[in-house]
Amino acid sequence: MVSHWAMLLAGGIVLLAIVLVLVRALLGPTIYDRILAVNTFGTKTIIVVAILSILRGRPELLDIALLYTLINFVVTIAILKYKEAGRLD
Amino acid sequence: MYTVIEVVILVCLIGGAFFALTAGVGILRMPDFYSRAHPAGKSDTLAQTLIFIGLAFHSLHHEDLGLTAGVKLVLTAVFLFITAPTAVHAITRAAHLDGLKVWTKDGRDDN
Repeated sequence: MVSHWAMLLAGGIVLLAIVLVLVRALLGPTIYDRILAVNTFGTKTIIVVAILSILRGRPELLDIALLYTLINFVVTIAILKYKEAGRLD
Repeated sequence: MYTVIEVVILVCLIGGAFFALTAGVGILRMPDFYSRAHPAGKSDTLAQTLIFIGLAFHSLHHEDLGLTAGVKLVLTAVFLFITAPTAVHAITRAAHLDGLKVWTKDGRDDN
């Protein structure tokens, strides 16, 4: 039972960290700051989804977390390639 | 009192939450892009690894979630452990190739 409270606490702290990272994504002087902040935002979102999945006893949300891991990585690389080359092909 | 597995879960989850908050504060407060890549690349990776290990211990400890949930959690943790620093490295390399200047305390440029 105590691990449920620890999960709730960890989820709340990660949500607070998401707010801090979002402030950086909105402020960020260069585009690379924004890309970095959005990448970190994605990682923390995966953590929140996994905590929610275990907390609510719904293991199917873990598939969504795994899928979002792949999408997060590919989108970061795609945005960088678009910034570098000006096109995606 | 708490069992050993509960203490392990608690330490992993609270430590992971601490490192996640550290990464958030670091990304918000560090002075330039290259120093912001440090909390994003290291603290954040450690935070997600610790939290996923704690969740995997919890789901292996409670039989109703099943073995599949633990395996999926470990799989996601391993994949994130590989891809998150790689993405940060790619972003930093792109910024360096773009000619982004390094911040120094007195504002000079050593490049």
